[in-house]
Amino acid sequence: MHRASDGKLRSSMKAKIIITPKKAVLDPQGKTVASALAHIGYAGIGDVRVGKYIEIELTGVDKESAWKQIDEACHKILSNPVIEDYRFEIE
Amino acid sequence: MNFAVLQFPGSNCDQDVVHVVRNVVGHSARLLWHKEASLGAVDAVVVPGGFSYGDYLRTGAIARFSPVMQAVQEFAANGGLVLGICNGFQILCEAGLLPGALVRNRSLQFRCENIFLKTATADSPFTKLIPPDKVMRVPIAHGEGCYFADEQTLAELKSNNQILWRYVDAQGEATETANPNGSLDNIAGICNEARNVAGLMPHPERASEPVLGCADGRLVFESMIHALRERGVEKAA
Repeated sequence: MHRASDGKLRSSMKAKIIITPKKAVLDPQGKTVASALAHIGYAGIGDVRVGKYIEIELTGVDKESAWKQIDEACHKILSNPVIEDYRFEIE
Repeated sequence: MNFAVLQFPGSNCDQDVVHVVRNVVGHSARLLWHKEASLGAVDAVVVPGGFSYGDYLRTGAIARFSPVMQAVQEFAANGGLVLGICNGFQILCEAGLLPGALVRNRSLQFRCENIFLKTATADSPFTKLIPPDKVMRVPIAHGEGCYFADEQTLAELKSNNQILWRYVDAQGEATETANPNGSLDNIAGICNEARNVAGLMPHPERASEPVLGCADGRLVFESMIHALRERGVEKAA
């Protein structure tokens, strides 16, 4: 909980967003990491995809509108739907 | 003709474009700061190369939301000529003015070298004066130049003749080794369906004068001027 400018107590939330390259998009970073892991000696390494992790603190909004906002922001700017998939949770 | 060259925090090829427009092809050019909400009286817009907003998040992702880009959207929707070079190409793709996206080079390395380009069609305001068989030598300098589009988009690009330039070898063949970044189908530059917006990763502005070793890039700017003249735009002093 935190005290907002109007003096009321509001709960703060955190959005945790994971962005990964789409399956059809070449991920040379993932490939390089996969071969490095195999080279070091880790067994059973399959496909590796390297993505991004973003944390956003949210205050003064209810969970439903937070979810809507984050979903829109992910689609509009945080990810590029042409090349990336995203998923998130809010807690 | 009046060219507007956009300037974002991190643009670094803006002055080169202004130089070429003013001193090489002899037209007027002015810089337009990213906070400007209006383009003013312009005949063409160039979105230059560089690292707008530090390439944070993704290349071009932040720049597309700048006030000046809203004005460019409107200008393009009304048929205005817009050319994006390198980071400018990335910005135009992020803005949805061009289809597809530019992702990390397949080699994971920043590539800074001269490459060869072949023009796939003269049917655009950006390629009109480029002879179809000409192999152009133009430099590239990018880390995220690998052109990607889904299968359907790629098929549309081909059927609409929207692929303007491909990476080729010195003999003009679009081979895998001539592809510096892993771009689909060796694509170096494309245009939109309406053919008034184009983008390319190579830098024609860095190869527009013999003193720089090659002047092939000049043909891109001359093509734009030719197209504007055909539209009836007079040369500005």
